[in-house]
Amino acid sequence: MLTRFLLAGLDTKAWVLLSVLAVLAVAVPFMALAVPPTSPWSLSMLTVTLLGKYFCYALLALSLDLVWGYCGILSLGHGAFFALGGYAMGMYLMRQIGSRGVYGNAELPDFMVFLNWKELPWYWHGFDMFPFAALMVVLIPGVLAFAFGWFAFRSRVTGVYLSIITQAMTFALLLAFFRNDMGFGGNNGLTDFKEILGYDIQAPATRAGLFVATVVALAIGYILASAVVSSKYGKVLVAVRDAESRVRFLGYDVEKVKLFAWTLSACMAGVAGALYVPQVGIINPSEFSPAASIEAVIWVAVGGRGTLAGAVLGAVIVNYGKTWFTGVLPEVWLFALGGLFVLVTLFLPKGILGLAGDLRQRLAARRSRAAAGSNAAKEATAP
Amino acid sequence: MTDPLLYLDGVSVSFDGFKALNNLSLMIDPGELRAIIGPNGAGKTTMMDVITGKTRPDHGTVMFEGNTDLTKLKESTIANLGIGRKFQRPTVFEHHTVLDNLELALKNPRGVFSGLFYKVSEEDRKRIEELLDITKLSPKRDVVAGGLAHGEKQWLEIGMLLAQDPKLLLVDEPVAGMTDAETEQTAHLLRAISGKHSVIVVEHDMVFVRELGVKVTVLHEGSMLAEGSLDTVSANQQVIDVYLGR
Amino acid sequence: MRCTIRRLLIAAALLIAALPPLAAYAADLPALVRGLGVSNYDELDKAIAKLAETGDPAVAPVLEALQAGDLNLRKSDGAVVVAKRAGSGWDLFDPLTGAALGPAERSAVERIRINNALRRSLGAALGALTLMSPDPAVRRSAAEAVFKSRDPAGIEILDRAIAKETDAGIRTAMQRARAAAVLNTDAPEAEKLAAIEIIAARGDRDGLGLLNTVVNATAPDAVKAAAREAIGAIEHRLALWAAAQNLWYGLSLGSVLLLAAIGLAVTFGVMGVINMAHGEMVMIGAYSTFMVQEMFRAYAPGLFDLSILVALPVAFVVAGGIGIIIERGIIRWLYGRPLETLLATWGLSLMLQQAVRSLFGPSNREVGAPSWMSGAFELGGLTITYGRLWIVVFAFAVFAALLVALRRTSFGLQIRAVTQNRRMASAMGIRTPQVDALTFGLGSGIAGLAGVALSQIDNVSPNLGQGYIIDSFMVVVFGGVGNLWGTLVGALTLGTINKFLEPYAGAVLGKILVLIFIILFIQRRPRGLFALRGRAVEA
Repeated sequence: MLTRFLLAGLDTKAWVLLSVLAVLAVAVPFMALAVPPTSPWSLSMLTVTLLGKYFCYALLALSLDLVWGYCGILSLGHGAFFALGGYAMGMYLMRQIGSRGVYGNAELPDFMVFLNWKELPWYWHGFDMFPFAALMVVLIPGVLAFAFGWFAFRSRVTGVYLSIITQAMTFALLLAFFRNDMGFGGNNGLTDFKEILGYDIQAPATRAGLFVATVVALAIGYILASAVVSSKYGKVLVAVRDAESRVRFLGYDVEKVKLFAWTLSACMAGVAGALYVPQVGIINPSEFSPAASIEAVIWVAVGGRGTLAGAVLGAVIVNYGKTWFTGVLPEVWLFALGGLFVLVTLFLPKGILGLAGDLRQRLAARRSRAAAGSNAAKEATAP
Repeated sequence: MTDPLLYLDGVSVSFDGFKALNNLSLMIDPGELRAIIGPNGAGKTTMMDVITGKTRPDHGTVMFEGNTDLTKLKESTIANLGIGRKFQRPTVFEHHTVLDNLELALKNPRGVFSGLFYKVSEEDRKRIEELLDITKLSPKRDVVAGGLAHGEKQWLEIGMLLAQDPKLLLVDEPVAGMTDAETEQTAHLLRAISGKHSVIVVEHDMVFVRELGVKVTVLHEGSMLAEGSLDTVSANQQVIDVYLGR
Repeated sequence: MRCTIRRLLIAAALLIAALPPLAAYAADLPALVRGLGVSNYDELDKAIAKLAETGDPAVAPVLEALQAGDLNLRKSDGAVVVAKRAGSGWDLFDPLTGAALGPAERSAVERIRINNALRRSLGAALGALTLMSPDPAVRRSAAEAVFKSRDPAGIEILDRAIAKETDAGIRTAMQRARAAAVLNTDAPEAEKLAAIEIIAARGDRDGLGLLNTVVNATAPDAVKAAAREAIGAIEHRLALWAAAQNLWYGLSLGSVLLLAAIGLAVTFGVMGVINMAHGEMVMIGAYSTFMVQEMFRAYAPGLFDLSILVALPVAFVVAGGIGIIIERGIIRWLYGRPLETLLATWGLSLMLQQAVRSLFGPSNREVGAPSWMSGAFELGGLTITYGRLWIVVFAFAVFAALLVALRRTSFGLQIRAVTQNRRMASAMGIRTPQVDALTFGLGSGIAGLAGVALSQIDNVSPNLGQGYIIDSFMVVVFGGVGNLWGTLVGALTLGTINKFLEPYAGAVLGKILVLIFIILFIQRRPRGLFALRGRAVEA
């Protein structure tokens, strides 16, 4: 039943995307590890990491699309769930450093030794075990989202108000994680990781492995999300977006409908963050900044909200643009990003995929009209 | 005499000092079709809001099937007890097809997980066909609801209401924007529904109310002004004053 | 302690020395000073007492010199002189007039030695002299000095000084000083109790410290109990002043929040437009101030104090103009789509920040404070800076002006008409697009005004606005959208809560707690403190 549930949601677009991901999962590690560096087909490790980063963002965009595109909840705080997942992974990686830190303390991470802490805070226990950390990657964002959503949806905070309090949530977390006494490394965050699951985190093979893991996670996330949105529950979700009170008077518990999508989405964002941290090698409070969260919104908007493939596409395109701009014209990047926000909302409300769909429809309409027109013309000229 | 299906007892609602409902009492029998008329601001829509749980009254109780006080319950619970509501402005899910609209309304478990793993059963399919026939939307089953004409949306919403299979239907101005023929059909449909379901119709259109030919309640300034057949109430001097005096 | 009293006494002595030369000292003074030239401690003590009895301020420098060990006996003629080291020998001065008496060999003079008993007599004598000084400021500081030293030797002199004192304030200070000294003796219980009462009336930190030593020292139980009670009373009073200070800080922060939020209350509250670039309007106002000040620095440095006043209309017009352009260019296409407006204006805020960064550079710009906004004054136990005071005044003035503009002008009437029923307003001949543009311009212009004020207390950098945007939204949402009074109450409440939390939780945690409080509050009352209720809300 589960397989049928999962596969039922996949349309052509999904199959194309999944095939591309499958090809990348094989080709990228091969080109990076096996092809000699002299060959034009060779990929540098830097590129692999960059691609891995894009796909982490794509998973975040996917999770955001699930709530914004399908349920109408514009979250300006999804970066918080991403960062929490990242911190959970970061804590595991910190514990893996062991006595190889600067201070050589087997138990305490460097920054705690530096702050003169004598023992590990209770909430750091268990993070030396990967399965526990992996559980927390999903659980911590999930529980926060559940609690936040439970309160917010029950009291019917909607629309802009909800957006603003999600922003306040991530802002509060940003301030909190800046504090040294929180025990998460304060300003500097968690960094200087050595190994993951016993493999050297800098080794090319590990990096390729992390890339493959990210692609697989994105594929799973995509399959799961399409299964959800194409189920009857997914239709209810869209119905909530379009006419919330109607759904209520049909007897659906709108709060629960929202809460499920919201929590699921937060868990996905957490996984994205957890895959992001070992690849970029650091997690710090700036991931909680409201600007980071709102940037994720624009990825979804550019790609086309309400289409899962659009979210993935948007994340990759915008971030590629960011890499390119910051390399070539760094001072122009904020203009470009800002302009993107304005242009997309004004002229591309459905994003790139939506535009493509509209164009195809219009083309079809014109063709049929042209055909009808020429028929009419023939009739008119006929004697 | 049977117990009433719905019994509003001394219900009052005020918004910032304005009394939308003032000590309103009303009784609806099982299977009854009731028309409610009244000038603008008489409290018709507020009354529906109170029954469906959208608005909490300041005073009074709303008893359903004798022992359930609706004023304590939330909208979805009330809907699942068997009260359906049609809005004044047709409200359907514009991005879903007619078929999906009806599917969502069908009386099935409303939980998240039953929604995730739902598959259309043979029984459900039959029921949807039936509803498509009743609402005459069969040819448009795959059309997105946003693309329907105004009257078609009204019918689709009524169809969704029927799909819920409620014990009580609240219908707010069902014929607004309909052609005369459609109005007549709607009156016919509502009469057909009553008997099995109780129906409360709020309407301005006197022709339509006459066509329904049922007991009429006149609301004015949040209270009941008169009750009886349309002829009786139209002869009532107070009612005349209220309508003509304005 | 000794050190401070000495410094004070020296200061007093210098003060006296600075007075017009007192040739009019009693004629027998030089003889009395000569009497200091004895080697016997008892005789020296008597000589000091005789000098002190004159009550002549001119005696103070002499005794001061004796205390410092500078007073010497000239062997040649037995004169008492002040000797200051100069090279291998001495420079001599007359102790009374300070007139130079020429150099002397090292062996030509002999120091007049004193012991501890004499030091005490000297201190008391000096104290008495200053306490009797004709200069009120000297008397007051002398009383303060005795209060600090708690020297029991001062009691007798103080009694005499109090009897002679005519200034009520100084007399109180003397009485306190006496009480402090009494508590340092083995005086009878009743006298000590009275002393505690006097100290308690003083009610400041010094009194608190004094009473604490009483509690910790050996003293009768009744005295200790009274002291404890007095400590309680003083602490209570100090706590009240601390609360008042917090309240002022809260008011000050609240008025900053109000300034930042009030423009948003117009664009978001009245028009329903989510303007994420609101903070950048504030930033533009601050940069306008900078530009105006640059002009003043270049062309009219003498009128610099007026620069802020000129900056106000400039900032209003610049920010308001940009606001109108934004409304006409972008926002009007997005009415009815609040989430899209939010995103588009966020994009705008990024562009405006980058534009300012490109034009003015990323670093902070120097905005000066006019003289009338610098400095501070004391009000009871409060310290109030003029800058903050003006910002509070300004915030309320802007609020009042906006209120009047919306209530009393025809433009305000049009805004309210369009807000309440756009179609009807349009049907009545109000040009709604124009009203929209002007309303948005008004909100942006007010943000510009806020920028002028905030440039005085915050760093003027391209990121200035970002720090205020979340706070501003919190204020407007907390207060209730569409209600200016709600914004006022919201800003002041949040400011005060923040400042009262800070002492317990620290600044950052305090802010976090306020954010959490607002998040929870919005859950309880999604429409803010002053919510509109009823069907109008749904429409």
